[in-house]
Amino acid sequence: MTTKKVTKKAGKKTCTTLKEHIVEIISDSGEGAQRCGQSLGSIAARMGNGIWTTEIIPAEIRPPARSVAGASGNRIRIGSSYITNGGDETDLVVAFNEQVLLGRVNARELKPGCIILLENMWRSHNDQNIVKSYTEAYERLVKAGYKVVEIPMEEECLKLTSNAKRGKNMFALGILCYIYSFELQMARDQIALTFGKKEKSVIDANVELLEAGHKWAEANIDFRFSIPATPSGKQQISINGNTSLALGVMASGMDICAMYPITPATSASHYLSEAFEKVGGIVHQAEDEIAACAFAIGASYAGKCTVTITSGPGYSLKQEAIGLAVMAEIPLVVVNVQRGGPSTGQPTKVEQGDLLTTIYGSHGDAPKVVMAPATIEDCFYSVITARRIAETFNTVVVILSDASLSSSQQPFDRPQFQESWLAPPIDQSPVPAGAKPYDWDPVTGIARRFIPGQPGGMHTVTGLAHDRDSHVAYDPDINQEGLRARSLKLAALQKTLLPPEVFGAPKGDLLVIGWGSTKGAIEEAVEGLRAEGKKVASINLRFLQPMQPGIKEIMQRYKKVLTIETNWSDNPNDELINEDSRRYSSLATLLRSRYLVDVDCWTEVRGQPVKPRTIRQVLLAKLEK
Amino acid sequence: MKLSATKQLLDLYKEQSALEDYQSGVPRWCTGCGDNAILTAVQRLCRDEGLRPEKTVFVSGIGCSSRFPHYMKTYGFHGIHGRAFPVAEGVKMSRPDLTVFVNTGDGDCCSIGAAHWIHALRYNMNMTVFLHDNQIYGLTKKQASPTSPIGTKSNTTPRGSYLDALNPLTVSLGVSNVSFIAQAVDWIPETLYEIVKAAYHHKGFSFVRIIQRCPEWLPKSLDPWLQDPERVQLLHHANGLQISQGLSRVYKNQVEHDPLDIHRAREIASNTDIIPVGILYQNREVACYEDTRHSGALRTVEAIKKNFNAELDKYSV
Repeated sequence: MTTKKVTKKAGKKTCTTLKEHIVEIISDSGEGAQRCGQSLGSIAARMGNGIWTTEIIPAEIRPPARSVAGASGNRIRIGSSYITNGGDETDLVVAFNEQVLLGRVNARELKPGCIILLENMWRSHNDQNIVKSYTEAYERLVKAGYKVVEIPMEEECLKLTSNAKRGKNMFALGILCYIYSFELQMARDQIALTFGKKEKSVIDANVELLEAGHKWAEANIDFRFSIPATPSGKQQISINGNTSLALGVMASGMDICAMYPITPATSASHYLSEAFEKVGGIVHQAEDEIAACAFAIGASYAGKCTVTITSGPGYSLKQEAIGLAVMAEIPLVVVNVQRGGPSTGQPTKVEQGDLLTTIYGSHGDAPKVVMAPATIEDCFYSVITARRIAETFNTVVVILSDASLSSSQQPFDRPQFQESWLAPPIDQSPVPAGAKPYDWDPVTGIARRFIPGQPGGMHTVTGLAHDRDSHVAYDPDINQEGLRARSLKLAALQKTLLPPEVFGAPKGDLLVIGWGSTKGAIEEAVEGLRAEGKKVASINLRFLQPMQPGIKEIMQRYKKVLTIETNWSDNPNDELINEDSRRYSSLATLLRSRYLVDVDCWTEVRGQPVKPRTIRQVLLAKLEK
Repeated sequence: MKLSATKQLLDLYKEQSALEDYQSGVPRWCTGCGDNAILTAVQRLCRDEGLRPEKTVFVSGIGCSSRFPHYMKTYGFHGIHGRAFPVAEGVKMSRPDLTVFVNTGDGDCCSIGAAHWIHALRYNMNMTVFLHDNQIYGLTKKQASPTSPIGTKSNTTPRGSYLDALNPLTVSLGVSNVSFIAQAVDWIPETLYEIVKAAYHHKGFSFVRIIQRCPEWLPKSLDPWLQDPERVQLLHHANGLQISQGLSRVYKNQVEHDPLDIHRAREIASNTDIIPVGILYQNREVACYEDTRHSGALRTVEAIKKNFNAELDKYSV
C-alpha cells in the first residue's frame, strides 16, 4: 500500500505520520487479546479514524496453550479515512507468546519487516523446552528481517496485579495507544464503557494497567506513529456484520426469529436473544435446523414475516422446508452466514460457496430471491429490504452473508429509525366473497395471501401442486400455471431494481465483478490500478436472483470480464483443465449462462478474505493476457 | 349501523354452527379407513364447542392422515413429511389466539418427525394432537412403520418386519413436561369423541394416539382386539373419562386410573396385549411454552424505536 511517511521530531523521538497501518494483537485463547483489539479499534474509531477489525479465532474453544494453531485475537486496519476491507499483511503485531505468532508467520499474514512486540517472559521460563523454543523463534524472526521488540509484559503487570494473565491485555492497549498517539483519555473512556457493568474497582484496575503500559512505552519504545483522522462529522456506530443483521431484524419489525446454533451465524441470535426480547420479540432455539425453518414458516403463515438464521450445513437441512415456503407462497427471510464447505468444512473461515445451492436448491423449481450484503452497513439494510420483499411478493428471500462480514467490525453512519421499516400489522379483515387464496395476477404472478383469523378466507395451504382455491391439483394445466406465477414474481421484482453502480473507468480493458464481502478489497485494487492509468472498473451485485438490470450492457463496455470470488473454480493451467472440463466459479457460471458473455473467473478458498494486493496481481495478469 | 360491544358479543354467543360449516370436500380415504371416524369426531367437536372456523387451524405433515385439513372448512396447513409439529408451534407462537390442531401419522410422527415429536411434548404448547396410528405406511403403499408389530409383512419386509414396534405411549410418557396423553381406537366412536373433547379442553400439548384400522394394507391385523372386547381396557376416573352404561355392557374390562399417576400410566401403557383406552396422563400444572415466552411487552412503534436507539447508543463511536 502507498504509505505516506512524514517524519517529525517529537522530543528526541521520531513520530512517523502514516496513511494507514494494520495492527494485530494475538494470544492464547482466554488471555484477552480480543478485548484489547476491540478496544483499540473502538478508540481509533472515536478518534475519527477509519477502521476494519477482523477477529482471529481458533477453531477450538480451548486450544492447548502456546500452540501454533491457537492464535486468538484481533486484527485492526486503521486508516486516515474510510476503510472498506481488512487490507493486506500486518504491519505491527503484539504477541503474548512466540507460538501463536509463528502460526501467523506461517500463514504469511505478516508484512516483511513487520514490527513485532513480543512478550519476553518465556526467555526466563522454568521449562527449558519453552526457553529453547522461544529463543529459537526469536532468532528466526530477527534473521527473517522482522523488527522484534521484546516487552516484559508479565513482569510489569505483576507490579500492579497478582494475576498478570488477566491484566496484560490492558497493558498492551496502553503500549499501543502510545505508539499510535491515541489520547489516553479516549482509552480510559473506552475501558469504562467496556467494563461498564462491572464494579468500579475493576475499571480502576484496568485503567491503572493501561496507564502503566503507556508509561512503559514512553520510556522504552523508540518509535511512534500518528495516523491523522478525517472524521466524517456524522454520528457513527461500530458493529460487526452479525450484530448488524440482528439490528436489521429488530428494525424490520419482525417478531420471531427461529434458529439452531451454528457457527458463524449464532452470534446474531445471541444478540437478538439479549436485545430483541426486551420489546416482545422472540428468539426460538429449535431442536434442529429443519424445525427452526418449519417453525419460522408456521409463524409467518399465521402472522408477520419471520426470519431464520443459519450457516451452510444448516441451510442444506432447511432446503426442503424452504421449497414448501416457496410453493405455499409464505413470506420468509433466511439468513445464511456462509462458511467453508462442503460438509463441516471450515466452520470459522470465510467462503462464498453457497450461491448456487441457494439459487437452485430445494428440489424442483423453487424460485426465491437471493441478496448479498457487501458491507457491514449493508447487512443491516438488507434485512429490512428482505422483509419487505418477502411480504410484498409472498416468497422466500435469502440473505447471503459470510464469515468475513460476520466477525469484522467497521464504523458506519448511525441508522435513523423509520417507521416505514416496520412490518405492518397483519390483515384480519373479512375476505371479499369470491376471492381466492391464490388469485395469481396474470402479469406479475402476485396473489394476496389470506391469514388465519380472516373470516371467509379459510383454505388449506399445501406443498402439493394446487389451484387458485388451494385445492390439490390434478389438472396438468394447473401445475403449469402455478410454476409460472411463482416464477413471474421474480421478474416483477426485477423490474424494480436499479443497475449496479460502476466503480472506476466507465469503459475500458477490464471489468471485475464480485458479490458480497469482497467489494471493499476489489475496489481498493481497482482504485490502485486506476491511479496507475489502467482502464479497469468493478461492479458488485447486491441481488443475485433476480439480477439487476443493465449488467450485460455494462459488461460490453470492457474488453475482458472477470469475477473475483471466494469459492471453487478450476485453474485453467491445470493439466486436465480445458474449456470442456473447467468448472467456473458460482457467479461466473451464472453470468455466462445468462448473458452469453465470456466471463472468466479467479477464485481462492484459503478461508481468508481476499487481500487487495492479491486481487491487484490477478488483475495485472489478466490485463496482460 | 353501529352496534354496542355488548350487543356484538351477545350476537357472537348466539351464533351456532352446523356440522356442514366444518365440512369441506369429500374425503378420499378408503372405505373403512379409521381416518373417517376421526374426522367425524373432530367435526362434531368443532360444532359442539362452537369453534370459529377462521380462528381454527389444522396442521398436518404427509401421509394418509395428513390429508385431514383439506376436509375441514377451517384454516389448514398441509406441510411436509414429519414437520407438522414445528409448523404448528410456529403458528401457536405467532398467534396464541388461534386454536391449533395437529394431524399426524405413525410414519410422520414416530419416524421421520420423531425428533420434533419429543421436543413438541417438551415445549408443551397449547394444541391438540391426533396421532393417526394405523401401523403401516399407507400412501406409499404398504411399508412397515415404526409401530408395525414385529413380523408385519410389507413391501419392504416381505418376510416379516424385524423389530419390535415402538410404543408411542411409553415414549411420550418418558418425556419431561408431558401434560396430556390419551389413547383411543377408531371402532369405539363414543370414547373417541369423549377423548378428543377432553384433549381439546386440556390446556397444553394434548397427545391422543388413535389406533385405527387400515382396511387396504392391514385388513386383519386388529381383528384380535375387535373380536374380543376383553382385550380392550377402558380407563375411567372421576378426573378422567366416565363410561356410559351402554358401553359397559360390551366392554367389561375396565379399570379406574387416576390420570395424575404417571407411574401407573407408564405401566398401563406398557401393556401391549391389551389396548388401554382413555386418559393415561393429565397434568394441568405444566407451563405452556408460548406463555413462558411471550413477555407481554407491547410491540408498539414507539417501544421498538426506543429500544432500537438504545441499542445503537451502545455502539456509538
